Amino acid sequence: MNKILSYIFLSILAIISIGPFLWLLSTALKSPAENIFSYPPVLIPELPSFQNFINVWNSVPFYKYMANSFIVSLFTIILNILLSSLAAYPLAKMQFKGKKLIFYAVLATIMIPFQVIMIPVYLMTLRLNLVDSVSNMAGYAGLILPFSVNAFGIFLMRQAFMAIPKEIEEAAIIDGCNSFSLWRLILLPLTVPTIVTLAIFTFVGSWSEFLWPSIILTKQEMYTLPVGLNHLQGIFSANWRYIAAGAIISMVPIITIFTILQKYFMKGSTQGAVKS
Amino acid sequence: MKTYNKVLTPYLFIIPSFIVLSLFFFIPFIETFILSFKSYQNIYSPDWVGLSNYTKLFNSPIFWKTLFNTFLYVFIVVPALIVLPLVIAIVVNQKIKGTNIFKLIIYLPVVVSLVVAGIAWKWIYANSGILNYLISLVQLPAVGWLTDPNIAIFSVMIVTVWKGLGYYMLIYLAALTTIPKDLYEAADIDGASSLNKHLLITIPHLKPTIALVSIISSISAMKVFVEIYVMTKGGPLNSSKTIVYYIYQRAFENLDLGFASAAGVVLLVITLIFSILNIKFLEHKKFEKI
Repeated sequence: MNKILSYIFLSILAIISIGPFLWLLSTALKSPAENIFSYPPVLIPELPSFQNFINVWNSVPFYKYMANSFIVSLFTIILNILLSSLAAYPLAKMQFKGKKLIFYAVLATIMIPFQVIMIPVYLMTLRLNLVDSVSNMAGYAGLILPFSVNAFGIFLMRQAFMAIPKEIEEAAIIDGCNSFSLWRLILLPLTVPTIVTLAIFTFVGSWSEFLWPSIILTKQEMYTLPVGLNHLQGIFSANWRYIAAGAIISMVPIITIFTILQKYFMKGSTQGAVKS
Repeated sequence: MKTYNKVLTPYLFIIPSFIVLSLFFFIPFIETFILSFKSYQNIYSPDWVGLSNYTKLFNSPIFWKTLFNTFLYVFIVVPALIVLPLVIAIVVNQKIKGTNIFKLIIYLPVVVSLVVAGIAWKWIYANSGILNYLISLVQLPAVGWLTDPNIAIFSVMIVTVWKGLGYYMLIYLAALTTIPKDLYEAADIDGASSLNKHLLITIPHLKPTIALVSIISSISAMKVFVEIYVMTKGGPLNSSKTIVYYIYQRAFENLDLGFASAAGVVLLVITLIFSILNIKFLEHKKFEKI
């Protein structure tokens, strides 16, 4: 009895969770001959067709949006791994002057939301010429650099480094390792699971980021997927078949990656939040 | 020479992050305050205007409206995100078949971008859309989910909660696995009902997690922006406009950077109160050793 109730509850929840996407898919598959506002609504299209997808793909440069999102996410991930693991090493393993101050300065960045500082960050990217009106490269840099390191990543890596026993380091130093080779040859290989977590966490954030790119991007060819999709929503204001098709197209990469790496996704998202 | 290197080493590792954080965090943070005392009517030669941005801000009915909306958002979304994911986590955590599939499906909205989610829900909320059809089945009149000023903000809240269920469910699930099983077995022997078991064992054990969820979700509710931008643009009649949306609009649509920065400072003060709670909590749990 209890079991049946649980399954009913979970099934309703599952419908609520993916229902909106399925309804979008259904609308995108309906041909122009079919009424998308019919009462009662029709979930399975009578004559499913991919025409909406083809038309949207041909009128909006989705492949460019995807490429831009990939470039931005990829470099954001690489820089986050690099910068946070570099900074985390001395914070985890060394004693030096000003450590406390640096630690608390990094910690303070958690307390201040990006939305509070976005205006001066915008002015800063203008001053540094990191905008797409200068060049596409500068545009990418402007999208990537402000998010290339954060407190979460530094603390995540620091925790992982702290868990590595001192004996391993000491042995490496006796073998002639300097600080840098210790970091590269010992610490990084031993913390691969944490690095994967950081990569996925960064990916999810960067891939779906909307506010920042919508502030600084001026050229359409530089749009990332969320910005491009929002733009498309504006162009096809009342054509819900096209809007739905565009939204479904934009979901394909993240759903694919999520399906392949689901285990890491589910693990990564709660790391840092729960640690007892 | 060697010892000199030793002294420098830690700083060399930190410098790259330090440069990035300085350029895109510490300097902008200070500049927010400076900007809030300036008028940016002419973007190339801003004037000092003292407190006049703040006076304008506090005299602006729209500002108070957006502040009210932001708090309304927090006070409705946060309790929903504390309770619902906990219930879901408890159900999913049972020893029954297929829970992994359900976990995956419930988590799916978390990874999809808010722009897609906003579009999907906009379509559901459409005036002749599927939701109005569903309520017509129970003889209710059609509702202007995103067009009625009394309702729009609540419709957007539903999307925020829907998008967060899976994330907070996972946080609760991770915490549930730390509760010793023999507690439940002992309660079984005493003949406790399953509701009582959760009230007397699960909830008290999860207190720190519930605190964590309430802090994370309130800070993120305070910053709500994308779903509003995609679904209502703050309308109708500013009824769903929140503080971050207001800052965005004044700064990047009206180019009134000084005024928007003053609103940003207000947002900072409010989030700081929540964030200090956050840090106190995390510090207590994680950063005991420096």
